[in-house]
Amino acid sequence: MSGRPGADGPGAPVFRPGTAGPGGPGGRPMGPGGGRGPGMMGLGMGLPPAKADDFRGSLRRLFGTLGPERPLIVLVVLLAIVSVTFNVIGPKILGEAINLIVEGELGKQILGSGATQQEAIDTARAQGQKQLADMLSGMQLNAGGIDFGALAGLLGVLVAVYVISSIFGWIQGWIMAGVTQRTVLKLRADVDRKLGRLPLRYFDSHPRGDLLSRVTNDIDNIGQSLQQSLTQLITSLLTIVGVLILMLTISPLLAVISLLAVPASLAVTILIVRRSQQQFVAQWASTGALNGHVEEMHTGHSIVKAFGRQREAIEVFDRENERLFDASRRAQFISGIIQPAMTFISNLNYVAIAVIGGLQVAAGQLSIGDVVAFIQYSRQFTFPIIQTASIVNVLQSAVASAERVFELLDESEESADPVHAVPLDAPVGAVRFEDVSFRYLPEQPLIDDLSLDVSAGATVAIVGPTGAGKTTLVNLLMRFYELDAGRITIDGIDTRDVTRDDLRRSFGMVLQDTWLFNGTIRENIAYGRLDATDVELRAAAEAAHVDHFVRTLPDGYDTVIDDDATNLSAGEKQLLTISRAFLADPPILILDEATSSVDTRTEVLIQRAMAGLMHGRTTFVIAHRLSTIRDADTILVMDRGKIVEQGDHESLLARAGFYAELYESQFSEALAEAV
Amino acid sequence: MIRLLRTYLRPYAAQLAVVLVLLLVGAIGNLYLPDLNGDIINNGVVKGDTDYIVRVGALMLVITVIVGLAAIASVYLSSLIANAFARDVRSAVFSTVETFGQVEVNQFGPASLITRNTNDVQQVQQLVFVALTVVVSAPILIVGGIFMALRTDVPLSGLLVVVLPLMALVIGLVMSRAIPLFRATQAKLDRINQVMRETLAGVRVIRAFVRTRHEEARFETASLDLYDTQLRAGRLFALTQPVIFAIFNLSTVAAIWFGAIRVQNGGLSIGDLTAFLQYLSQILFAVLTAVFVFILVPRAAVSAGRIIEVLDTAPSIHDPDEPVVPDPAGPERGIVEFSGVEFRYPGAQEPVLHGISFRAEPGRTTAIVGSTGSGKSTLINLIPRFYDATSGRILVDGVDIKTMDREDLWAQIGVIPQKAFLFGGTVASNLRFGKADATDEELWHALDIAQGRDFVSEMDGGLEAPITQGGSNVSGGQRQRLAIARAVVKDAPIYIFDDSFSALDFATDARLRAALERELGRATVIIVAQRVGTILNADQIIVMDSGRIVGSGTHRQLLETNETYREIVYSQLSEEEAVA
Repeated sequence: MSGRPGADGPGAPVFRPGTAGPGGPGGRPMGPGGGRGPGMMGLGMGLPPAKADDFRGSLRRLFGTLGPERPLIVLVVLLAIVSVTFNVIGPKILGEAINLIVEGELGKQILGSGATQQEAIDTARAQGQKQLADMLSGMQLNAGGIDFGALAGLLGVLVAVYVISSIFGWIQGWIMAGVTQRTVLKLRADVDRKLGRLPLRYFDSHPRGDLLSRVTNDIDNIGQSLQQSLTQLITSLLTIVGVLILMLTISPLLAVISLLAVPASLAVTILIVRRSQQQFVAQWASTGALNGHVEEMHTGHSIVKAFGRQREAIEVFDRENERLFDASRRAQFISGIIQPAMTFISNLNYVAIAVIGGLQVAAGQLSIGDVVAFIQYSRQFTFPIIQTASIVNVLQSAVASAERVFELLDESEESADPVHAVPLDAPVGAVRFEDVSFRYLPEQPLIDDLSLDVSAGATVAIVGPTGAGKTTLVNLLMRFYELDAGRITIDGIDTRDVTRDDLRRSFGMVLQDTWLFNGTIRENIAYGRLDATDVELRAAAEAAHVDHFVRTLPDGYDTVIDDDATNLSAGEKQLLTISRAFLADPPILILDEATSSVDTRTEVLIQRAMAGLMHGRTTFVIAHRLSTIRDADTILVMDRGKIVEQGDHESLLARAGFYAELYESQFSEALAEAV
Repeated sequence: MIRLLRTYLRPYAAQLAVVLVLLLVGAIGNLYLPDLNGDIINNGVVKGDTDYIVRVGALMLVITVIVGLAAIASVYLSSLIANAFARDVRSAVFSTVETFGQVEVNQFGPASLITRNTNDVQQVQQLVFVALTVVVSAPILIVGGIFMALRTDVPLSGLLVVVLPLMALVIGLVMSRAIPLFRATQAKLDRINQVMRETLAGVRVIRAFVRTRHEEARFETASLDLYDTQLRAGRLFALTQPVIFAIFNLSTVAAIWFGAIRVQNGGLSIGDLTAFLQYLSQILFAVLTAVFVFILVPRAAVSAGRIIEVLDTAPSIHDPDEPVVPDPAGPERGIVEFSGVEFRYPGAQEPVLHGISFRAEPGRTTAIVGSTGSGKSTLINLIPRFYDATSGRILVDGVDIKTMDREDLWAQIGVIPQKAFLFGGTVASNLRFGKADATDEELWHALDIAQGRDFVSEMDGGLEAPITQGGSNVSGGQRQRLAIARAVVKDAPIYIFDDSFSALDFATDARLRAALERELGRATVIIVAQRVGTILNADQIIVMDSGRIVGSGTHRQLLETNETYREIVYSQLSEEEAVA
């Protein structure tokens, strides 16, 4: 048993709440393995260029999102200081308890045999057992065997230390769970609000499934990572500091040697992280891409089937899937190397300490007990370093996800509403386009120098071949897109001088694409005006001829519309969106081929109701129906983004220009065929 | 979950075996290392034997290198296995969903299917990878530790009888409370996905109605809900770890106390006591690492359940075991016949369609008209078997469609849906959807018919012009024409137009129909129409009302005999051409 005196023997259990075993802290996809050493946490170590700058920046920003929780994090750090202190003390007390037993046992043997303590020491020394002698001389031998009173006292303290440490650990975890989840909640809200401010252009160019993945998979990943790593990170870092202090008090030289492990670990982690970070980025990017494909294929499910394209859908899926497999496998593997590498470094360090320590003992510069204690502490020292490495590894994945979220948050938004917005209160609805130019793609001119004057209450029919820019005109009116040049005014007020909300509130719109959400029919109609009474709602429903078919449904207005509204026919959906516009009761109407999907019988009724609705309101109709066109006050004939003709039906026909030609080709042909 | 693991890990049994061996090497090495540590101290440092220190140190390093290499190799294989497992499960989920009919897709909801394919698989994958790292070492350390502890001192080992079950109890309690929480977590993630997906799909309407803030509130509700659940799960786990550590540390204290008593009684040497403490710590350490795996189990188990739910869902519509293969050179091509067809939605009391019988023939156009909700769209959805008729038969070329492979059936049908859904890609990739090897000439020809040549040739890149998801970068009319061209490229004997001209202006509509008539001369055309003008000269017009056929014949016949039809016609064509 010699060689295990005093302090805790090798392997004496040293466990602290909040620090994990080799399995990694709760194991993230990356499992055990390291990441950057503690230097990455802002200690200013040299960093690899380029990619890692993003890493550092994103990491800082990720921690920045924890900002509002700072007081609680400080509290957690304070709690952690206490529990880490207790944990560093714990083994010391344990060592003393074992000393007590040793003293008692040896006392019983030595004193029990009639010798005194001094005699025993001398005997040992005489026999060359210098170490035993040294040990004995430092002891309070007890003839009565183990002093159970003292032992109970010590163990009592130990129990208290461990229990308190655990309770503190619990409180830390409890607080940090809140900190993490609130941060994630805020992140989700930020992303959602951001989506509300992004220009429509953004949605045209980003697959829905990828955006979805950022909100669910990426933010979820950040949440899980933070939840697992934050407390442990704090505890580990504090433990490193605590143990370092203890080591310095024993032997500055050996402490310095131990410290050498830190830059070595760092160098290795940086080397590895530099490679794995790219893989983590690739992993979450391919998760998004895969999600995008799945979303699209599920949305177009029946088309995929009708065209017998499942095999291709599956092929594309498999390709994306393979890419994700590759990236995440690499991320997991490369980062998984860190753990063995760290262990190797720590063992190297261990041997170095043993050798140098042994030499120092031989030279009489250090006591054996000190070396032994030191070795124990160096073990305690490397453990949290490995731990920190594996936490940083978890963070790496979180940072890759965070980058995707930040990327979204950094997209440029719609220009802000003017600070001193002109109120647009119940406008009469006189609309002017002045030299308006616009293009979706810079290299593709669409609308050039368009001017138009619409008096309040007039009906404007927009006609022209498909792709002439009719829908675009509406998009500009609603300020879904910003003009490249010129201005649009309502009652003489530039639409950019009012808030978008005010502007859009003055429009009622029925779009080509019906959009209903998962909810009851009542909720969907009430979308037009949330504060509408039931009576108003019914009136709007009746006006749009929704009332009748809704009442034939088993649950009436409380019928729930499912995800993609597959339980309603296109005509019914269209009717619902029309009733929504009825309810909103705006001064300006935009009807974008509004009634095209409604069957002929219903359509007539709707047109009648529409006529009533249009009365006294400025109305823009993207018109397909002859009657609508003929009854319009102004017909705008559009071709290739320009208004080529303007006037009423008769005068345009008389002019025998583009409209006349269009009319000839469209309606006479249609009629001829109809016959 | 076990089933999922067993099924999808089986192909990697060989790699798994290698991992186990590597882990075994690692575990043995790791068990040996502490002994060497002790030796260095006892025989080297204490005795001042530097040579010994260097020698054993070198041995330690050699072992460390071996252990390290084994660890790297096993991490390599583990990451391979875990991710291959995930890849295979994802692939299985996706392929399964591709066999689903619309009924099953709606039953889960697209949003939930998406979560299940990515997020849920990710949860299980994590567990597999982490479990692989401890699956060998933990049992070896535990069993080895128990064995050594027993050898050292049996009575003191009695402690384990108390401690281990206690830990098991704590783990069990946590698991039983965590599982419902995680089930809720995944369901709430679905909800987030759903709300977000709607927001993205309806972004124009939301802004047009100034409802951005309203949508934010809806999202916030879903988000808060998820927050609540995750917070509770987080706090549950915040409690678990300290409790386990406390049990761990207190059992050490107990071991010292009882150990001291046994030392005092002479039943135990001090050396054995410290050795026992080491074994105890080894056992508990192994248990702890296992606990970290167990922490992942509840969420993974819930996720696995959700995945299996998808995999186990048998589509209500499936291919027959012994399909009848239609003869492509047969005398009859493109004949669609309904015979006494009834359809009701699952659980619905009233059928949507009753007693539908008619025959659509090649070279002829069959039009279906009727008011909204009369069952027109439902009727044509039965032909490609998006839904199955609940009674009666539908025959294509004399073969009951339920006895055909659906792929064979679909190969004969070109569907142009109401909502012209385009996929992200290019114009060409969309047009080739029904015929992957179509030449550019074929595509242009189809575009000619669909009146799409002009705008496509004006698009930047022509056929290679990019199309965004859903086709949001082209106008509604263009989208519809591309969808029509897509079906034309497919060159099927049967075409089904489900109100597919609604977004076209009159001129385009007229030219398109003329072209279709010319080009699809020999095909069977079934059209659901809202505009009477579209179908006036159809060979056969079927008038529907409340799920029944109330009349059929040509325009002139119906105009004379059918009240419902007359109503429809007069409502629309009143002045222009009336009777014509």
